[in-house]
Amino acid sequence: MSYLKPGLPAPVAENDGLDAPYWEGTRRGELMVQRCKACGTWQWGPEWICHKCLSFDMSWVRVEGRGRIYSWERPWHPVHPALKDQGPYIVVLVELPHAGNIRMLGNLLGDPKQAVRISAEVEAVFEPHDDAKPPFTLVQWKYA
Amino acid sequence: MTDRTLRGRVAIVGIGETPYYRHGKSPDPEFVLALKAILAAARDAGIDPRRIDGFASYSNDRNDPSRLAAALGLPELRFSNMQWGGGGGGGSGAVANAAAAVAGGLADCVVVFRALAQGQFQRFGAAPPGGVATGEAALNAPYGVMSPAQRYAMRAMRFLHENRIGDGAQRAIALASYAHAQKNPRAVMHGRPLTAEAYDASRWIVEPWRLFDCCQENDGAAALIIVPAEQAKDFARKPAYLLGAALGSEYRNGARGHNAPLYATSSFTTVAPHLYAMAGVKPSEVDVLQSYENFTGGVLMSLVEHGFFKAEEANDFLVPENLLAPSGKLPLNTSGGNLAECYMHGLELQVEAVRQLRGESTAQVRDPEISMVISGPMVTPVSSMILGSAETL
Ligand SMILES: [Zn+2]
Repeated sequence: MSYLKPGLPAPVAENDGLDAPYWEGTRRGELMVQRCKACGTWQWGPEWICHKCLSFDMSWVRVEGRGRIYSWERPWHPVHPALKDQGPYIVVLVELPHAGNIRMLGNLLGDPKQAVRISAEVEAVFEPHDDAKPPFTLVQWKYA
Repeated sequence: MTDRTLRGRVAIVGIGETPYYRHGKSPDPEFVLALKAILAAARDAGIDPRRIDGFASYSNDRNDPSRLAAALGLPELRFSNMQWGGGGGGGSGAVANAAAAVAGGLADCVVVFRALAQGQFQRFGAAPPGGVATGEAALNAPYGVMSPAQRYAMRAMRFLHENRIGDGAQRAIALASYAHAQKNPRAVMHGRPLTAEAYDASRWIVEPWRLFDCCQENDGAAALIIVPAEQAKDFARKPAYLLGAALGSEYRNGARGHNAPLYATSSFTTVAPHLYAMAGVKPSEVDVLQSYENFTGGVLMSLVEHGFFKAEEANDFLVPENLLAPSGKLPLNTSGGNLAECYMHGLELQVEAVRQLRGESTAQVRDPEISMVISGPMVTPVSSMILGSAETL
C-alpha cells in the first residue's frame, strides 16, 4: 500500500552518486543523512561540501525517524496523470530537532482531509515500492 | 555604501507587447511572438530596429539572441545575456543586466524581452507523465510536489502561520488585480470581474491557495528598450529612468529539499535593502507598485520584505481599498498583473511600470514619480527595480 497512487516519477540516485547512500538506506528501512566529520554540522539535502566549515569530509549517519511538522500543504489540483483520481493529499515538511533541525519532505499518512498542526510530533514510516522500476522506498510520516 | 551605481544611468524608452492569449492559444510560434514584441518596442521608441545591439532575457527563454539578431538584420550584436534560474524572479534582473551593459559601455541599445508559447512547448503548471526523478526532484516529485504551486505553498503556509495572517489578506491581492484588469482591455480577464464571494467559493489548487490566488498561464511576448540616460530625451516617448535594481537571495536560500534557513520568506530580505540604497528611495515614496504574483502569498511576503508594512500589520494593510488605483495607499498590479492581465512571466509588470510613469495606464495613478517592480517571490534568485521620472534624477 502506498499513500499516493503508483505512477509518479520514481526517485533514483544522481549519476554522480551524491545521494546514493540516502536511497540505499531507505531500502533497508534506515534514515541516512549527512553530517560533517570535521565540525559536526548536520546537512540535508545532500551536498559535496559542509556549508559551515567547507570540509569535503562528509559522513552519512543513521538518524531516528522522529520530528515535528514545520509546514504543510494540501494539493487538490492534479498536475500529473498519476494523480488524476487521487483527490487531495497532504505534504508535510518535518524538522528533525535531534539532527540540527534539518528538514525532510513527505506525505502525512491518514485521512487526506484531516487537520494538520504545525509543531505536532511525527514519526517516519518506510513505504516500499518494490514493483516500481527501479524499486525504491519513500520515507513517509504519521502522527507520533 | 558604494558609489558604483546604476542610478540615473539608463532609461527605458520603448515598450512593446503582442496581444495576450490563453496558454496554447497563440496563433504565432514563440519566436514570432518575440520578434513582434521587439518590433513593437522599437516602433514605440521611434527607432529603426537595426539600432538594437543587445538582448537580455531570463528563465531559460528559448529565443536565442544570435538568431534574433540574424532575423532582424542587426548590423552588429554586442551583448547577449540571460538571468540565471529563478523563473519569473529574473524579470527585474534582466532589466538590471541590460542596464549594466549599457551603463558599462558594452552596448548602446539593449532590448529586454520574454516570449512564451506554451502550446508549442511544455506548460509550466503540468508535469510530464511517468519517468524518473533525480537530485532535488527526487525529494519532491514522488510525494506529489511538482508544480510551482506545490513547490511554494509550504513556504507561504509557514509565513501565514508564524504571523497569524487571515484569509482576507491573500484575497485582497487577488481582488485588486481583477479589479484593475476590468479597466484594461488588453487583460485576458477583462470582462470577468471577481467578487470576494466568488474567491471564497473557488476551488483549492493547493491549500493555502485557491484558483484565484494562482497566476494564469498565457502566450505572448513583451519587450523593453534600454538606452543611456543622456540620450533618453531624443526618443519619441517620455523616458522612465532606472533609479535602482537589485537581484539575488538570502543565505543558503537554494539549499536543497526545502532547507533554506529563512524558509518563510519570498527571498528578498537581503535584496530589498540594496534596491532602496541604490535608488535613494524609501518604501513610503513609492507611488505605484507591480509585484510579481505567481501566488498571492508570495506577493504578501514580498511587500513585507520590501518594507511596505510589517508582517503583523498584513491583515490591516491588505484590504482592497488600499491596493486600488488611483486612491489606494499602495496601488498594486494596476494592469491586472500575472493574475488577471497576462502571465508574460512578469515582464508585463515592467511594461506597466513604465506606462504608469508616462501617464498611460488604464488604472492610472495621479502623477506618479516613483514606479516599482518586484519580480518572482520565493524563487532564487529574485530581483526588483525602481523607475523614476526625470524629476527624480
Ligand atoms: Zn563542517
